[in-house]
Amino acid sequence: MSVFVLRRLLTLLATLVGASLIIFLVLDALPGNAAQMLMGADASPDAVRALTAKLGLDQPLAIRYLQWIKGLLIGDLGNSYVYGTPVAGLIAERLVLTIPLAIMSMAITVTLALSAGIYTAANHNKLGDVGVMSLTQVGIALPNFWFAILLVLLFAVRLQWLSAGGFAGWEDGVWPGVKSLLLPAVSLAVVQAAILARVTRSAVLEVLREDFVRTARAKGLGKREVLWSHVLRNAMIPVMTVMGLQFANLLAGTIVIENVFYLPGLGRLIFQSIANRDLIVVRNCVMLLATMVVIVNFVVDVLYALIDPRIKVHDL
Amino acid sequence: MAERSTMPLIEVDNLGVRLNTSRGPAQAVRGVSFSLKRGETLGLVGESGCGKSVTAMSLMGLLPDSARVTGSIRLDGNELAGLADADYCRLRGNRISMIFQEPMTALNPMHTIGNQVAEPLRRHKKYSAGQARQEAIALLDRVGLPDPARRIDAYPHQFSGGQRQRITIAMALACEPDLLIADEPTTALDVTIQGQILDLIADLVEERGMSMILISHDLGVIAENVQRMMVMYGGTVVESGPTDEVFRRMGHPYTQGLFRARPKLGARKGTRLKTISGTVPELADLPAGCTFSERCPLVIDACRAALPPMADVGPGHGVRCIRTDVSMAANVGALSA
Repeated sequence: MSVFVLRRLLTLLATLVGASLIIFLVLDALPGNAAQMLMGADASPDAVRALTAKLGLDQPLAIRYLQWIKGLLIGDLGNSYVYGTPVAGLIAERLVLTIPLAIMSMAITVTLALSAGIYTAANHNKLGDVGVMSLTQVGIALPNFWFAILLVLLFAVRLQWLSAGGFAGWEDGVWPGVKSLLLPAVSLAVVQAAILARVTRSAVLEVLREDFVRTARAKGLGKREVLWSHVLRNAMIPVMTVMGLQFANLLAGTIVIENVFYLPGLGRLIFQSIANRDLIVVRNCVMLLATMVVIVNFVVDVLYALIDPRIKVHDL
Repeated sequence: MAERSTMPLIEVDNLGVRLNTSRGPAQAVRGVSFSLKRGETLGLVGESGCGKSVTAMSLMGLLPDSARVTGSIRLDGNELAGLADADYCRLRGNRISMIFQEPMTALNPMHTIGNQVAEPLRRHKKYSAGQARQEAIALLDRVGLPDPARRIDAYPHQFSGGQRQRITIAMALACEPDLLIADEPTTALDVTIQGQILDLIADLVEERGMSMILISHDLGVIAENVQRMMVMYGGTVVESGPTDEVFRRMGHPYTQGLFRARPKLGARKGTRLKTISGTVPELADLPAGCTFSERCPLVIDACRAALPPMADVGPGHGVRCIRTDVSMAANVGALSA
């Protein structure tokens, strides 16, 4: 077990180093000089050159990369070109919104998907199965920003239960914050849940065809007991794999959804920083997203080994 | 309770099973009748797709939902056909148990073997976790798993095929069932292990006074392990009788063909195995009349007209053939081979 975790940790580190290189090089290759952007098109070349030197942008590529990595390790991400405030602080105040949003959205996804997937598999080819599967087909086809607008029309404009946008913050307690994140979380979750429900259904159906299910039935277990005690754990491996991948999609989705709902989250920060050529913010935000995705997938790998006793042996 | 000893344990009468296959509805089993007393052993022989496993699964009540069962299956006089699943669950693994063909896949890879063996005990006998664990160790010891107290928390992938089959046997025997159904229990195992497993099953059947239905395509396995046998083809029983009697005087051309087709030791190098010409018919399009008529060397027009009745050719020995006068004149059997 510990060897397994150690190996996965090394893979994780290597992935992060690779990701940081790609992020750094791609952003560096982008046209447009940050100093020029900041000072405007009619700034004098001397002033632009002075600002370039001040921002450290005249250093060689390798030095700048190493300085960035060193900053990441000690928690000093530098200052935003646009706001002039520390990037770490900017990100931290946005994460207060985006992390709860991601957790809520993932929780809704998993709840919807597992119940729909297990229900349809248990009622394979019956009316309920066909009905729910048709719904997931619709869910997959929905663009999440469009679905978000529909939700706003229904719950904010017509029913006036929830607000159409903005974030209430956590100062007045948990509920106002959760309430303002509800519609965005649902709009992010629906497409993901539709996909995950189909994955769950086919994984459960596949396990239901296994010989050991017949053995369990031959021991006198009812269909439902077999499903809960023998099938689900076996079906979780593909489901968790897809969940890990979906987490990345979800983070990408926040960029669009936070804009639809005017939420001051990480996604919106990235969007605005790209528009402002505030590349130092973009670079650190993207690195943070990459790290979150890699860590989630590391956790999924470790969960595999906890769920399936065979994995420790095979992967050593 | 006094009449229990004389009453058959299991009585199957005119069993028919209709399945939905990819090629449309098919009569997988028809007109199967037999009865089995306590302690008796019965063999079911035939090629794959002949209906022997479907017969077994209908006894277990584990056919697919779309299957239609006709006829009657009685356990101690109680009708099982059409029994609600919840009631059937009380019998399965308790009074009727089953051992399957593939020990590699018959165990849940995610559960320890101890939990899997203890599961029927906890369920049917309401044992506590501790009691069930002790009993599971005893059972695993009885089926010859080495060092069961230490290995009870191991997972199936840590055992060999033969050991896994011992584990499934321990599982099937946990609640001391009255009837054990063994569906090709040794087919997936190494030849050297096959004998050990069959001996183990035979010992346990003897020791616990169970009845057993042993399913196999291997005539040798049947010859050595059961008192009576039924040969199935195309969903019907084509020959049945006491094992010795059937092997001495094989009456059905199909039984004779199966017997000739088995490989023999001492045959000259290069000798081709005898085969039965043609292929097993799809259950969805069985021929009218005798199911074997299309492959039978003795076929006449009358064979194709209607399914032949069971003809008595000896004590308890029936053959579903109208040409036994010709087929049995050839006297194919263990004695002539």
